[in-house]
Amino acid sequence: MYDAGKILIGLVIFLLLLTFPFWFSLGQASYESPDLQLPEDKEECIEDTEWMRKNHMQLLDDWRDTVVREGKSIYIGKGGKKYDMSLQKTCMDCHTSKEEFCDKCHNTASVDPYCWDCHVAPEEVANGQQ
Amino acid sequence: MNALYALIMVLALVIIPLLGAGAAGWHVLFGVIVPYLAFIAFVLGFIYRVVLWGRSAVPFKIPTTAGQQQSFPWIRRSRIDNPSTRAGVVVRMILEVLLFRSLFRNARVRLFREGPQLSYGSSKFLWLGALAFHVSFFVILARHMRFFTEPVPVLFNWMETLDGIMQVGVPTLFATEIVILLALAYLLLRRLIDSKLRYISLPTDYFALFLLFAIVISGVLMRYFLRVDIVDIKTLSMGLIQLQPEVPDSVGVMFYTHLFLVCSLLVYFPWSKLMHLAGVFFSPTRNLPNDNRMRRHVNPWNYPVKVHTYEEWENEYRDKLKEAGIPVEKE
Repeated sequence: MYDAGKILIGLVIFLLLLTFPFWFSLGQASYESPDLQLPEDKEECIEDTEWMRKNHMQLLDDWRDTVVREGKSIYIGKGGKKYDMSLQKTCMDCHTSKEEFCDKCHNTASVDPYCWDCHVAPEEVANGQQ
Repeated sequence: MNALYALIMVLALVIIPLLGAGAAGWHVLFGVIVPYLAFIAFVLGFIYRVVLWGRSAVPFKIPTTAGQQQSFPWIRRSRIDNPSTRAGVVVRMILEVLLFRSLFRNARVRLFREGPQLSYGSSKFLWLGALAFHVSFFVILARHMRFFTEPVPVLFNWMETLDGIMQVGVPTLFATEIVILLALAYLLLRRLIDSKLRYISLPTDYFALFLLFAIVISGVLMRYFLRVDIVDIKTLSMGLIQLQPEVPDSVGVMFYTHLFLVCSLLVYFPWSKLMHLAGVFFSPTRNLPNDNRMRRHVNPWNYPVKVHTYEEWENEYRDKLKEAGIPVEKE
């Protein structure tokens, strides 16, 4: 083989990069899906859990536009129940802790939504963390 | 016609997971077994091809590269385009791999006014399209590392933030997704519209483009339109990485389609022209220094030649040469 040394070094670098996730996770505890803190006194969310998991970001975005641009603020959820379109007054009334609810999935999925550029997280504010 | 073959093959690849993971519900097969096999096939195929290339003969160095070679000191030489040192070669390789300098030289030939005049023009679109595609593809690949690492290294977070810096829509629109779609569309249309290119295009040329298109489109659909639960997907992907596969029920068929197409790409990759990923490092006109006049390059095909030098010949016939009055070098 010509330049065997150089070719093998290149190949090893490539394989190291390719298998990066494997050796990065070596010695780490096995991955667990995030365990969310659910509100104790409430039975159901405004929509199905499954639906909320996939679409909550779209819902919040729609809410913002509807409230800010159209001035409407009533959302009709599952079973015809009416809710106030408000992150802080509706969502975070039950899911009080940003850290124990929102952040857990957002961190693991490496998502950094800009909700809290403006909004405050009630529990963290109460504890003086923000 | 070639394009049609390729399109049909890619559509077949789309249908397989739709039926297998969607209708039949073979989630373990499409979520665990196929990805592992595809990854192994990719690694083994890649090593095989690289070793094969490494073992092939280099009969001579190719000095005819663009640029003045090293000559007399008063002739200005081109240190990067025609390097005679290893450092020059390294710079040339880096520029080639990262900036595609060879494509930057792409020229277009035209008959001027349908007449006998021939004109050459610079044509940078291929270079631009290729660069846009490759950079986007790399960023997209790096962004996907968020599914395979926990905690996600901050570097990947930054890439993601930078990519979605325009903050359009929810989830944030990534610029690379638009760029890669435009670049792929250009690379495909270029083959379809130009009759000369269409003539030399093979099904494999289109297949790679259609397959990449299908992967990007399935990914975009999954992110913006037919949503999936991303946290469940991470459970699946981390299970694969930590060799403890676990298949959540709620992962949709859209995800399996995306994954199967990526697996197809991995399997196809080592046996296709996509191996230019490794092949670019084996380009003889890029990676060999032009030092033919300083260092002897021995052709490996040379068999040992029995040489009879003049000196030996003279020694053999010195007496006879002298006798005949023919001048000799050594008395």
